[in-house]
Amino acid sequence: MSATFLGIPPFPEAARAAVDDSRLRHNLRKATHTIRDKRGAVVTELEEDWERLRSEGAAIKSHTLRHLDHYLEQLESSVERAGGHVHWAADAAEANAIVTRLVQATGETDVVKVKSMATQEIELNNALAEAGITAYETDLAELIVQLGDDLPSHILVPAIHLGRSQIREIFLDQMAEWGVAAPEGLTDDPRALAEAARVHLRERFLRTRTAISGANFAVADSGTLVVLESEGNGRMCLTLPETLISVVGIEKIVPTWADLEVFMQTLPRSSTGERMNPYTSTWTGVTPGDGPQEFHLVLLDNGRTDVLADTVGRQALRCIRCSACLNTCPVYERTGGHAYGSVYPGPIGAILTPQLRGMSSEVDEALPYASSLCGACYEVCPVAIDIPEVLVHLREEVAAGPGHLGEKAMMKGAEAVLGSSHALNAAQHAAGAARNLVPRHLPGMAGAWTDTRDLPDVPAESFRQWWNKHEKGQS
Amino acid sequence: MSTSRERVLARVRAALTDVPADEPVVRPVERPYADSHGMGAALEVLEDRLRDYKALVRRVPADRLAEEVAAALERRGASTVAVPEGVDADWFARTGAERRPDSRERPLELRELDGVDGVVTACAVAIAETGTIVLDGGADQGRRAITLVPDYHLCVVRADQVVDGVPQAVRRLDPARPLTWISGPSATSDIELNRVEGVHGPRTLEVLLVE
Ligand code: SF4
Repeated sequence: MSATFLGIPPFPEAARAAVDDSRLRHNLRKATHTIRDKRGAVVTELEEDWERLRSEGAAIKSHTLRHLDHYLEQLESSVERAGGHVHWAADAAEANAIVTRLVQATGETDVVKVKSMATQEIELNNALAEAGITAYETDLAELIVQLGDDLPSHILVPAIHLGRSQIREIFLDQMAEWGVAAPEGLTDDPRALAEAARVHLRERFLRTRTAISGANFAVADSGTLVVLESEGNGRMCLTLPETLISVVGIEKIVPTWADLEVFMQTLPRSSTGERMNPYTSTWTGVTPGDGPQEFHLVLLDNGRTDVLADTVGRQALRCIRCSACLNTCPVYERTGGHAYGSVYPGPIGAILTPQLRGMSSEVDEALPYASSLCGACYEVCPVAIDIPEVLVHLREEVAAGPGHLGEKAMMKGAEAVLGSSHALNAAQHAAGAARNLVPRHLPGMAGAWTDTRDLPDVPAESFRQWWNKHEKGQS
Repeated sequence: MSTSRERVLARVRAALTDVPADEPVVRPVERPYADSHGMGAALEVLEDRLRDYKALVRRVPADRLAEEVAAALERRGASTVAVPEGVDADWFARTGAERRPDSRERPLELRELDGVDGVVTACAVAIAETGTIVLDGGADQGRRAITLVPDYHLCVVRADQVVDGVPQAVRRLDPARPLTWISGPSATSDIELNRVEGVHGPRTLEVLLVE
């Protein structure tokens, strides 16, 4: 994963002018609190079973990681037995080259894409563009982000930082350049905006013959790939084209088909706060006469084996990308996703990104400090990743590492920014304006938030008491 | 390609030196969690959840299914419907709607599918607690595309296909088949978290629960 996420691509002038910090914070706060409340309700509905599902989910993923070589080989043979082709990519460049070659073999220059963190991580769209292939994002939020020449800021709702009027502007300005134009007189009513997206994308779905996706799970024993989504754009991409290419991180494996019964209960509830997401598609190789007749699975390492090698940090690979930790994090709530300088924002980003990229830059060195260690992320995580434990572990590594310059600066920043809300707003504003400049403007801000090592690691009060007080204290 | 394969596998193995060689690769099959959560009678719960997702739901006695199918298509104003070839022809005994049969062997053209008013199918399993209907590509459910492209999906669910919880459904399903789990109509919450039903999939899901 490249460390230049923040600088590429630059925000368009118009979007930058329109983005107003207080608006962003308001949107973020409203969004994260809404999802958080919904999540709480549907999790409570399962009563004490929730904790059992959570620990079972953690156990399944931990077990898989401890025997990942075995399950990778098993997955490979099950997928091939079912008529799929398996490719291995050690890093982003290899994955991009494989996908580019596969698309070129179809003779197509347009591909449709299902929202996928893995392909964002490897910056696949840029690689395809260099080869003259246009990748069209089809998830509504990803479409907004793509049309706006913007960057996603949340795992689940990538356009969470944009308001409806900004989305309307983007549609009016950009849709025509990418295909079917936005209708005249488009309002900023979410229904109207969704309808515009439907019309814009339908032609594309019916015409495009190659699709690229990720996967939420890959089942080793059956060779089944699984994608959870809401809009139906996933189903469109996964079933209408002739060729399907799925780029999947090697940590997405679960051993058996039956294991899905755990994650199909925990992922939707943790993620959108729904009992179940509107659509889930599963496919096993190819099915004659139904769906793509050619299926390629690209298994992606790209730093994951480095994470695997760290016995403390390894647990980050259990992540099922539900985004519950983002929605509960007081730091994310104020900074938004762009501050993390990575496709993986929030608490999970703070532990996953520096491990994947190897903490060789100031951005990555600062990330383990992008937390107050309050523990809220651990409490909500459906696979019980002890994010605070990993953060502390990574901080130790940063402090022990050579060339470590960041910490003192962070402490200074923390004083300045945490000292008053006015200074905080100013820092966020500055960081916002610096988004398309050099990435190293950001750690100051992430670091500012972050270094609260003078807080006791184990608070005397319970987390919930602390949290309630903390919540009341801010608005 | 094989060199990358060997490289990744070698890295994985090198990363796992802490794992004892004799640690079993197979996990014992224990399911410490519940099959279901006692939320009430399956059909009631399913109906409640589907309504919560803004699906249309009707409980219908088996001997009135043909009338109810006809009435639903009439209400919708659906005069042409895609129908998987394996659907029981009796369902359509009372409707004047024109049926366009579809199968893997004789698929409708995509443009034709885009032009029909709706699609009528059966299902494989339904999960009460989550309000989920699962299609498995069986002869009465058809190719995945036919329940996706038309804007209206009328789905007939038999009472004996309804289970309480997710684990029970997973056990009934065959992973070798392509599965589509449907929980309400297509929806998005991407714009300021306002839920909008219907983006790319059918914007209306109507369920006939046959008792
Ligand atoms: S770390 Fe846990 S809570 Fe955060 S996204 Fe991953 S699975 Fe969800």
